[in-house]
Amino acid sequence: MTTGAPEIMKRPIIGWGLHDGLVVARRNLIQTIRVPELLFFSLVQPVIFVLLFAYVFGGAIPIPGDDGASAYREYLMPGIFGQTVAFAAAASTVGLAEDMKRGLIDRFRALPMSSGAVLFGRTVADTLRQVLVLTVLSITGLLVGWRINNGIFNAILAYLLLLLFAYTVAWIGSWIGLKVPNPETASTAGLIWLFPLTFLSNAFVPISSMPGWLQVVAAWNPVSSVVLAARELFGNPTGIPSTAWPMQHAALYTLISCAVLIAIFAPLAIRKYRSTTSR
Amino acid sequence: MSDVIEASGLVKRYGEVVALDGLDLRVSEGTVLGLLGPNGAGKTTAVRVLATLLKPDAGTAKVAGHDVRTKPNAVRRSIGLTGQYAAVDEYLTGRENLRMFGGLYHLKPAYVKARTDELLERFDLTAAANRSLRTYSGGMRRRLDLAASLIAKPPILFLDEPTTGLDPRSRLGLWQVIRDLVAEGTTVLLTTQYLDEADQLANEIVVIDKGRVIAKGTADTLKDQIGGDRIEITIADVAKANSAAVALRSVSTGEVSIEDDRLSAPVSGGSTVLVDAIRALDAQDVAVTDLVLRRPTLDDVFLSLTGHAAEEDNSPPPPSRRRGRGQ
Ligand SMILES: Nc1ncnc2c1ncn2[C@@H]1O[C@H](COP(=O)(O)OP(=O)(O)OP(=O)(O)O)[C@@H](O)[C@H]1O
Ligand SMILES: [Mg+2]
Repeated sequence: MTTGAPEIMKRPIIGWGLHDGLVVARRNLIQTIRVPELLFFSLVQPVIFVLLFAYVFGGAIPIPGDDGASAYREYLMPGIFGQTVAFAAAASTVGLAEDMKRGLIDRFRALPMSSGAVLFGRTVADTLRQVLVLTVLSITGLLVGWRINNGIFNAILAYLLLLLFAYTVAWIGSWIGLKVPNPETASTAGLIWLFPLTFLSNAFVPISSMPGWLQVVAAWNPVSSVVLAARELFGNPTGIPSTAWPMQHAALYTLISCAVLIAIFAPLAIRKYRSTTSR
Repeated sequence: MSDVIEASGLVKRYGEVVALDGLDLRVSEGTVLGLLGPNGAGKTTAVRVLATLLKPDAGTAKVAGHDVRTKPNAVRRSIGLTGQYAAVDEYLTGRENLRMFGGLYHLKPAYVKARTDELLERFDLTAAANRSLRTYSGGMRRRLDLAASLIAKPPILFLDEPTTGLDPRSRLGLWQVIRDLVAEGTTVLLTTQYLDEADQLANEIVVIDKGRVIAKGTADTLKDQIGGDRIEITIADVAKANSAAVALRSVSTGEVSIEDDRLSAPVSGGSTVLVDAIRALDAQDVAVTDLVLRRPTLDDVFLSLTGHAAEEDNSPPPPSRRRGRGQ
């Protein structure tokens, strides 16, 4: 033995919880770099969506109130952004289910670290990955005719809202990841709720084209509000605005629903984390 | 010496299954306790309760003087845990894994760096230190796993079947590491299904089955408990097994066990018993191809305590195994 007794760090200014969370986030980001295939495929799907919707369905979906040639593509891109960040939740689900299966969660739980740190690190890393995803998607969008029409400052706000939404669904995804018994189930359970969540929204078609009761669901769906807020901030066509409150105050409703969802799912996920063990 | 692990009356249920059924354990400082039991005996559950991962349904446990229920973080500061399956990050390199755990133990970066190099060296992983774990063999992973739990030099170490799945050489290597740690003052609770492992490493052995302690003591006291030496014979004609059993029973001090053409029975009285056995077998007209007197192994202990061998599952014994009753 050459090293002496363990030397403990001074408490960092950011606090132990944040420190531990960043150590875990760093580890999750290293994973992203080491398995570029994973990132690649998580990019391919939205890019395919952009191309499909822009070239195949685009002409068949009229945007009320805007009949410009590239109207649908401009309408579409924020929808794809919203859908993509929502689907990022599945990565949190699968990632945590795998950590659990490998026994890493057991090991983290036996360390004297704060109990929210592993989930905080996971959700932060999964959100940061979306920065790269949104960049690639934006470039694809620009290539097919999408434009930022409302200034760079508003565009940054739009991206920040999208990332906040990504962070929110990452908590929901994490909670599911801790609930499911194995990674195989995780890859199904992590996706299944995202299809209705994203398709019962204004992401691809205007709410005004849906049957009455669906319009209500879609108008109160936070995916619709984050997508609408992004359209407004990017200066893209929004279709005929719905009169429902969330659609009248899209950005505010997005902030409120993210806060409420995090307030519900973060404690649920942390509580589950505290009592979970691998089999 | 004081007890650094003390558990009493631990109960843990999973629905219908009672994984721990009033388990009592004590480990004194600087010693190795071998927790021995077959699959499903409750070894992992016991370790998880003591390492604060599971809350027991009943009973109390103190580790390093802290209650696992009410002071889990204090317990966590004193323990290292190596689970039954290597729990390390597949995508990180060996060095990155150790650094991550060092960071999570809140060790100073410079200390983590020095300690990481030291552990990599000690576990013979220096050459592979900068490779992702996906390129590691099972044995390398287990070594890194153990290294990770040593990063903060915990005074108490839980090792859940540390050598399962290792080849004999890696197994001996790991045994040596454990011996060195104990020589440095570490207290170890080790679970195993391998009786020779407990025999080799543990100062004290606790045998559990179905969540309860069925025997404890040193390897020697456990061996004595089943009557010391055993006579083992192989008979030429399997059809004579019953006659052979009758013969052995007349010289044995306990239960005769029969497995096809092999029989064994506990005896006392040293080598004269061999002569008696040969006479008795001869009287029963049983031809013997092999006959030995051997010191009992913990396998025998296990068999006599639980009615089934240690490495076998909890399933009923196969039909070919019949047991004679003792006199
Ligand atoms: N999470 C769980 N849910 C349900 N039953 C469980 C769970 N964990 C353990 N058990 C059951 O509790 C009992 C004890 O299991 P445990 O894992 O502690 O045994 P073990 O001695 O470690 O076995 P092995 O040698 O196979 O590792 C078994 O019957 C097992 O099936
Ligand atoms: Mg086990």
